[in-house]
Amino acid sequence: MAKKVALLQGNEACALGALYAGCDFFGGYPITPSTEVAEVLSNELPKNGGKFIQMEDEIGAMASVIGASLTGAKALTATSGPGVSLKQELIGYACIAETPCVIINVMRGGPSTGMPTGPGQSDVMQAMWGTHGDHAAIALTPASCQEIFEETVRAFNLAEKYRMPVQVLYDEIVGHMRERIEFPEPGDLEVVDREAPSVSPEEYKPYDSTKGQIPPLAAFGSGYKFHVTGLNKAADGFPTTKAELVDAEERRQIAKVMDNIADIESYEEYLIDDADVVIWAFGSTSRSARYAVNELRKEGIKAGLFRPITLWPFPAKRTAELAEQCKGIVVAEMNLGQMVYEVERVAQGKCVVVHEGRVDGEPINPGQIMNKVKEVI
Amino acid sequence: MSSPKAKLEINERYCKGCNICVEFCPTKVLEMDLFVVKVAKPEACIACMQCELRCPDFAIKVHKIEE
Amino acid sequence: MAYDYEKSIRPGKLPHIWCPGCGHGIVMKGLIRAMDACELDRKNTAIVSGIGCASRLPGYLDCCTLHTAHGRAAAFATGVKMSKPDMNVIVCGGDGDGTAIGGNHFIHACRRNIDMTYIIMNNFIYGMTGGQFSPCTPTGDKASTTPYGNPDPIFDISKLAIGAGATFVARTTAFHATQIDKLIAEGIKHKGMAIIEVLDDCPTTYGRRNKFRSVTDMMKRLKDIAVPVAAASKMTAEQLEGKVLTGVLYKEELPEYTAQYADVIKKAQGA
Repeated sequence: MAKKVALLQGNEACALGALYAGCDFFGGYPITPSTEVAEVLSNELPKNGGKFIQMEDEIGAMASVIGASLTGAKALTATSGPGVSLKQELIGYACIAETPCVIINVMRGGPSTGMPTGPGQSDVMQAMWGTHGDHAAIALTPASCQEIFEETVRAFNLAEKYRMPVQVLYDEIVGHMRERIEFPEPGDLEVVDREAPSVSPEEYKPYDSTKGQIPPLAAFGSGYKFHVTGLNKAADGFPTTKAELVDAEERRQIAKVMDNIADIESYEEYLIDDADVVIWAFGSTSRSARYAVNELRKEGIKAGLFRPITLWPFPAKRTAELAEQCKGIVVAEMNLGQMVYEVERVAQGKCVVVHEGRVDGEPINPGQIMNKVKEVI
Repeated sequence: MSSPKAKLEINERYCKGCNICVEFCPTKVLEMDLFVVKVAKPEACIACMQCELRCPDFAIKVHKIEE
Repeated sequence: MAYDYEKSIRPGKLPHIWCPGCGHGIVMKGLIRAMDACELDRKNTAIVSGIGCASRLPGYLDCCTLHTAHGRAAAFATGVKMSKPDMNVIVCGGDGDGTAIGGNHFIHACRRNIDMTYIIMNNFIYGMTGGQFSPCTPTGDKASTTPYGNPDPIFDISKLAIGAGATFVARTTAFHATQIDKLIAEGIKHKGMAIIEVLDDCPTTYGRRNKFRSVTDMMKRLKDIAVPVAAASKMTAEQLEGKVLTGVLYKEELPEYTAQYADVIKKAQGA
């Protein structure tokens, strides 16, 4: 049977992806260019008995999402750079308290108010290092409307599975463009639900990792009484300053991501096997890069595309392999140099790494990328 | 002299010696002894429960003596 | 009989962290008595706080407890209540947490009239960080950051709550121990946002800088400044100078937020 199709905006696809994943709570604050996610969910969530709340500010929105998640909800917020800056405090809270939630960041330029209606890809380092303290991060960067739908579903799955905040970053171009979407039927995409505790309320400890790296999270109101705090805590959830307990918990919270990169990682490669030059690009920029690869190939230049879909944890292993294989990597991103530093770090000088950026509110075009590739060859 | 109306149980580990119970006891049953409360005049207790009620540290229990 | 507080407290958590004479322990006892009076099922009760001395309260109580970030308690609690409207939601925290860094969340939680009971322990100071002035430190008083006396005017928390739309607002003090549980219990039973302001003492960081020679001096001052609402109506403005009204200051029945949202769901589902 033919699948249901529609012409949808990226932000609408995000909202529908969230519903597919079982999202039943949205707490948000209006901000361009993400607002359509909130608008669609304000309409759709109550139809399924879900909850939508527009909070007083970005921080409040993030707080409401974490509060709802602790009652067992699959919780979402959507914002843009200035909002993510405000949310950083509580993204860190969700990290340490290990509370699943999904944060959509429809990226515009910056810093500060920047160009609210223009695209940007300059929040990519913020997605990793925006909140203070040591922590792991998962960030996904879809490049099409179909992929926004699918990656939003995957973001919920990863959030629930790894018990942490997951960010979905896509630039304003992908967020506001309209494309044909083929709706997955129920069951086509995996939907992961939160693991329930296997022990009784009396025995339950919210951070007991003796049975696995990711302890199950009980829901408030389900018969389990427990304590959640943003302080460093022991397995029982209560604050501790004992050095060995703090150290073990901090390391576990990073290891639960870094030990499972194979499960979290996702990327796409295009004409990479014989490539002399690899264009390393994500989001809308990767679409220009694909065009550039085709044009360069017509000119006899062996170019290929590496497109990270999981941006964090950084695809270090594969990027390092590509650095061994090719003469140069062109990192194209709508900023003045962010992911390029990570690529340089893992390339370890084994190939030339150059950056092609743009921050004038215009997309990076294929010609720009082609010129940069020719500089490398 | 009347018989005490209650038996006071002091948890010395919880008491922080703030003096609230001593100050507000209407019959001056309690005293501070090296920053820990002690029952100085048990016979004067009228079981008004004020010390238990006001103790911020959960350090006093008033067990009423049934007549 | 001695009151059985232990059954509400998590094993091994006492003695608590509060300084000698701090009224937060008195408020916690009042909250326990109020929860007992309302027969709250602890499994279905969330106690949410922000950061500060008063915000350490939930950790002691055997409920679903959520110690959040500075000022954010009301917003976290809103998420909990929205997601699970049948849960009893109690928020607690201090004056700085609730009305400075958390001021926006505080007023908007009041405006929504969402069903929760917010116990705000106003001890006129930032205690945990060592006694900096808060929006409630009386003008002229000393704090570690007002060495020449506080130049700032204050927030009247209860008036702020009424102005912002809370439908139950009450005030008492740490001295008036029996009134604490009665007002909290009334707040819990009220359908909507209930603010219980408890004027509290911080002997360590406020009292010693402001000529209170002892804990009990501070308690006596709380006793002296409190005037029940009913009594105040018979007093002159002169007599009320420097006094603080206590009791139920405001009460109104208005639609509650999660009930309103339940109507939204009905409409969305075509009812």
